[in-house]
Amino acid sequence: MTGAAASVPAAASVPATGAVPAAGTAAAAGTAAAARTAAAARTVPAAGTAAADGQAAGTAAPAAHAPGTTEIVPAAAGTAVSAEGLRKVYQSRAGEVLALDGLGFSVAAGSVFALLGPNGAGKTTTIRILTTLTRPDAGRATVAGIDVLTSPGRVRSVIGAVGQSSGAVTDLTGYENLALQGSMNRMRGAGLRRRVAELLEQFGLAEAARRQVRTYSGGMRRRLDVATALVHRPAVLFLDEPTTGLDPEGRAELWAVLTGLAAQAGTTILVTTHYLEEADQFAARIAIVDRGRIVAEGTSGQLKAGLQGDSVLLELAAAGQVPQAEAALARVAQVRQVTAAGAALRARVADGPRALPAVLAGLEAAGIPVLSVTVARPSLDDVYLHHAGRSFRQAEGITVS
Amino acid sequence: MNAANFVRQSWVLLTQRYLRQLYRQPAVIGIALTQPVIWLLLFGALFKNVAEIPGFGGGNYITYLTPGVVIMTALFSASWTGMSYIEDMSTGVMDRFLTAPVPRGVLISATLAYQAVTTVVQSAIIIAIGWAIGATFPGGALGIAALIVVSVLLALAMAGLSNGLALLSRQRETLIAASTTLVLPLTFLSGAFLSLHLVPGWIAATARYNPVNWAASAGREAIGAHPPWGTIGAYAGFLIIALLATAALSTRAFRLAQR
Repeated sequence: MTGAAASVPAAASVPATGAVPAAGTAAAAGTAAAARTAAAARTVPAAGTAAADGQAAGTAAPAAHAPGTTEIVPAAAGTAVSAEGLRKVYQSRAGEVLALDGLGFSVAAGSVFALLGPNGAGKTTTIRILTTLTRPDAGRATVAGIDVLTSPGRVRSVIGAVGQSSGAVTDLTGYENLALQGSMNRMRGAGLRRRVAELLEQFGLAEAARRQVRTYSGGMRRRLDVATALVHRPAVLFLDEPTTGLDPEGRAELWAVLTGLAAQAGTTILVTTHYLEEADQFAARIAIVDRGRIVAEGTSGQLKAGLQGDSVLLELAAAGQVPQAEAALARVAQVRQVTAAGAALRARVADGPRALPAVLAGLEAAGIPVLSVTVARPSLDDVYLHHAGRSFRQAEGITVS
Repeated sequence: MNAANFVRQSWVLLTQRYLRQLYRQPAVIGIALTQPVIWLLLFGALFKNVAEIPGFGGGNYITYLTPGVVIMTALFSASWTGMSYIEDMSTGVMDRFLTAPVPRGVLISATLAYQAVTTVVQSAIIIAIGWAIGATFPGGALGIAALIVVSVLLALAMAGLSNGLALLSRQRETLIAASTTLVLPLTFLSGAFLSLHLVPGWIAATARYNPVNWAASAGREAIGAHPPWGTIGAYAGFLIIALLATAALSTRAFRLAQR
């Protein structure tokens, strides 16, 4: 088992799939699925368990039936991460805090999976359990087919973990941090030096390699953290809020690296975020976490389609006509619900673009002039609102302006 | 877990992290070396006439004081060992090591090895300064080596305790309070600065069970003209038992810390 992870030639061996544009789009699912299957075949045996495939796939099934989840697509060939019924209670001075309340999900090998939720939802606790930093009070979990509770040591050799705070030793240089982590992963000699040089190059840190990390910018430190977690070419990479504190450019850069890793090296990536847009754009699948449970899971498209409905936003020329407009819209067959705010109206319809002509015709027949029309697809915020019963911003404790 | 890997990882952590960090903090080295000089000069002047009190046994107070300062310095600096864990826990460095395939024992042994290395250097320097201001070492090189060895044993025992406290409390303030509350009484309930013939009976009685006194007595006997090696060996044995006990404590604390 020793050193198995280090010998996985993950980055070296997948040349062709570099063309996969973004693992995040539902449209790319076909190509991405092929890449995942290929990746699974490579990464799972690397974990050193023959049983990984069958066993993991078996355990994945019940986890998929999370509460509130109706739109589940069967996972791709291999399951890299599976969690089932995780429960965790923390003792605090104020009493018991239920961090996880039967949380479960599974992640297909070689994909980018996002745990999305507000602060305090249980994302970090989940990552800490999966990376062997803490133990759940109940439930079970496997990573690369290895049981996290019974074989934490073996799990550690196939994972990379990036925590919320930087794990770099700031008195050491970037090079020294990477080399140190390599040694902790039982790498050594010329192989380690080559790998360190390769990562410094890949993460744009070659020039700063001989500088102490205390002189690095926030973005550079974050890149170094990710590089450090990748020294031993882990099969599964965990990142807890990796983009928090980065500027938009830094975030985009980091996401480019992560999606590239999944597509080209077949690395499974489990990332937590409280940025809706990020999960929407980059994750192949998203699980929405609220109060220690998964309240919805699927691709971004599936989650939104699950809401079954778009909004047609109408801006009227005169606010005084709002009551007539509401009455007129209520007569349009496709419109399910109308809400008003000032001179603006929101009509809920099944299919926005198709309902638009009828909506406009109805208003015209009633003689109500319209200034502008927008068709809005549901956002992940709408999804969150639907499943968690409150808006994301409310859950975050941010007052809506 | 294989032993060669354990030793290699500990060695890498010692040399490529701890010693490198120390080397890059010259101010820390400077302060660590200035402190014992101040102790030597200050106590040397303060207690200058103590050696003449009947019952002390006569002789040169600097010769008496030097092993005391060696032992006290070893104890003081070892009491801060746990700070590095607290720092690592708050910065995320600890999590990074704990998610790598590194046995917890490696994280402990590396800090102990670091403490051993710094204690050897510190003790040697204090002995040299003591010699320069008039201490004599009739026991010669062997005696000096034995003094350094017991200072290291005491440092390791204290380092294990400090690590354990750090892992359990996770708080800088708690460790500072615990260390300062522990270290000074331990030092003054020993024969580090005064012969136990001159102190109240209860202090002398307590000192018998005090590891600091074991180390100070063993060290002082070792540098004397005719070292009683049996007694010194017994003290060293007690120190090793104390060291194993605190190492076990910190290993256990590691498990508890991963709640």
